[in-house]
Parts: sequence; structure tokens; C-alpha cells
Amino acid sequence: MTWEMIGDHLFIVFIAVAITMLIGILLGIISYYFKRLGLIILWLVEILQTIPALALLGLIMIVLGAGKVTTITGLVLYSLLPVVQNTNLGLKEVDEGVKDAARGMGMTRTQRLFMIELPLSMPLIFTGFRISIVNAIGVAVFGAFVGGGGLGNILYQGIRVQNARLILQGTLVLMLMAFVFDFGMGYLQKIVEAKTTHNPDIESDDSVSM
Amino acid sequence: MSGVMRMTEWFNRYGNMLFTATGTHLLYVVICVSIAFVVALSLGLLLSRKPRVANVIVAVASILQTIPGIVFIGVLFLYLGMTPLTVIVALTIYAIFPILKNTLIGLSEVPFEYKDAAKGCGMSSKQSLFQVELPLAMPTILGGLKMSTVFTVSWAVLASMIGQGGLGDFVYIGINTNNNMLIIAGAIPAAIMAIILSILLTRLQNKVKLRVSGMAVQS
Repeated sequence: MTWEMIGDHLFIVFIAVAITMLIGILLGIISYYFKRLGLIILWLVEILQTIPALALLGLIMIVLGAGKVTTITGLVLYSLLPVVQNTNLGLKEVDEGVKDAARGMGMTRTQRLFMIELPLSMPLIFTGFRISIVNAIGVAVFGAFVGGGGLGNILYQGIRVQNARLILQGTLVLMLMAFVFDFGMGYLQKIVEAKTTHNPDIESDDSVSM
Repeated sequence: MSGVMRMTEWFNRYGNMLFTATGTHLLYVVICVSIAFVVALSLGLLLSRKPRVANVIVAVASILQTIPGIVFIGVLFLYLGMTPLTVIVALTIYAIFPILKNTLIGLSEVPFEYKDAAKGCGMSSKQSLFQVELPLAMPTILGGLKMSTVFTVSWAVLASMIGQGGLGDFVYIGINTNNNMLIIAGAIPAAIMAIILSILLTRLQNKVKLRVSGMAVQS
């Protein structure tokens, strides 16, 4: 196993999760504003996650060819669910009183979204982010089958040459990665939560006057 | 016209193989998930009166769940060889975690009032567990079952990696030989299988949920 493989793996996961965040939050917001369309979006991302990973990657490979782009695209489609769902849920669960107050202060819909609703749903969105990154670390293993590189290669090679040590090494690194991210982001989440639940009313008052 | 002819030709050639592969795939899923459900549920019920041990098991199961299924198949393959047993054991182990985790969480989240009421009605610990707590935890447990099922459909694709059939045969050979038709022929049925099973289990979950909430109203 080389550092390159670990680097490759992290690279694929990072890019995929970054794109997932952008698209996921956007879809979450859209599904919050348009209830009907939202149901369809949520249903679609759920279906996407149900499709077996290797099957999804194989289908994408037909269009995009073998390589990292295929793996990343597959990972993005596969990781959308937690982000979209949690963004939608977070926005929905913002206290009606707070939303009403913001409306009463004459905030526009966009102002309300960026100054009140999104900041208050941050903890939930962050949880979705965390779930999707830990998932992506595992699913990225399939990248090896479609020429995407990463730690899947080590596992795959270990199985082909029947070398248990290779397999275990790869597994340990993967587990460690998942653990570090899960734990690290759990820690970050506590900080974010402390900030957003601290004094939302006073802060929103400030931002209006700005 | 030639497209249709090519399709018929394709089906004449691969139709039987595809049928067998789908059957094998479904069989793997049904066997593994059934065994996993029985094992996980019994283990969960056994541990339900030991919250400390249960907490540790939930944590361990969460960690083990981050291991990709390919590892279980790979490692077992080294010891058990190229047999269907390797696939079944590996996927069963993998399918146990979500069900076990959800069983323990579901049971621990039953509101204290219900357990207290059961006790007050003179139910024994066992009666309370089977007649009150288990039904209330059922929606959560079925959520775990759904997760396990979807995972297993996904990981069963890898059975073909060690020559054990299933829809992975098509995907795998298709990817390696750059044959798009084969990839599609394997991927689409696998996707449909996962989606249908997931929908069926969601329905079951809703049914159980309704029954439970109905019960709560009655009491």
C-alpha cells in the first residue's frame, strides 16, 4: 500500500463530498420551498441510494468511461440522500415563531433563508454532511472496479493474489479514516451547535439592522 | 427493426443466464437477510436487559459497519475458498449489524411509561418485553432490516468476484470486457431488486407503525 493510494482515496472522497454539499443543500432548499417537487426530489435521491453501488458505477462508466470522474460522479449521486434530507428537515423544523418574527421585521424570503433559516438548521445539515462523508469513504472502494484508484485497489489486489495481510491493511486504513472523520466531525458539530443554539434571537436582530 | 432483432438475439443468447443470475442474487439476499434477522433479533432481545453491554455492542456494530462488505468476502474467501458458503457467511455477518443496532436502539427508546404500565398490569419482565416493548420497537427494527436488505443486494454483486454467480456476473464481465449491454443487463435488475425490496419493507414498516400507534390510543 502506498501513500498515493490513500491520497487518491481521500481526494476522491473530498471532491465528491464537496460537490454533494453544494448540490445537496441546493436541492434541500428547493424541496423546502416547493413541497410537491420536494417530495419527488426526496424520493429520487432515496432511489439513487438504493441502487447497488457497483451497478450505479457501471452504468455511469458507460457514459463517462473508466476513471476518477466516474467514481466521483457515482459517489455524489450516492451521498446526496443524507444532505438533502437533513437540509429539508432542518429548514422545516425552524421554529415557526422565529420565522414569523423575521417576516414581521420585513425580511425578504432570501434574507430569511440566509440569515435565519439556514443558520438555524446548520446542526442538522452538518449531521447529513457527516453521514455522507463516512458513507463515501466506504463506497469509494468500488472505484477500483471502474479504474478510479484509491484503497479499493489494495483490497481487490489482496483478494486476487490471496494475500490476507494486504486486505487487512487496506481495511484498517479505511476504518481509521472513517473513524477519524466521524469523530472529528462530531467534535466540530458540537462547536457549530454551541454557536447556533446560543442566542439566535439577538443575532438575528443584529443582522437585520445591517 | 434491426434493433429489435438484435434485442431478441441478445435475449436468446443471454436470457437464461440472466434469469438464473437474478434468481441466484435474490436467493443470496433472502438467505443472508433471513439468517441475519433471526440472529440479530435474538441477540438484541437477549441483550435488552443489559443496557451497558448493549451500548458497547451498538458502538462496536457502528464501527464494524464502516468496513466495506468486500472485506468480509475477501477475508472469508481466503479461509473458506470459492464456495457459495463464503458469500452467504460474509453477507450474513454484514447484514447482522444494522438489524442488531436498530433492535437495541428501538428497545432502549421505548418510553419508560409503557414499561411502567406493563409492570403495573402485573406483566412479568418477559411478557413486557414480548408484548409491549418488542411491538413498540418493531418500526425501528424493520428500518434496520430494510437497510440490511439494500446493503445485501448491493454487496451480493461482489459474489461474482469469487466466481459465485449472481447479477454481478453481468456487471463484472461487462466492465472488464467493455460490454455496455452486459453492464446494463446486470445493473438494471439489481437496481430494480433493491428498490422493490425497499418499497415492500417500507410498506411493512408503515403497517406496523399504524398498528403500534393504534395500540397506544387504545391504552
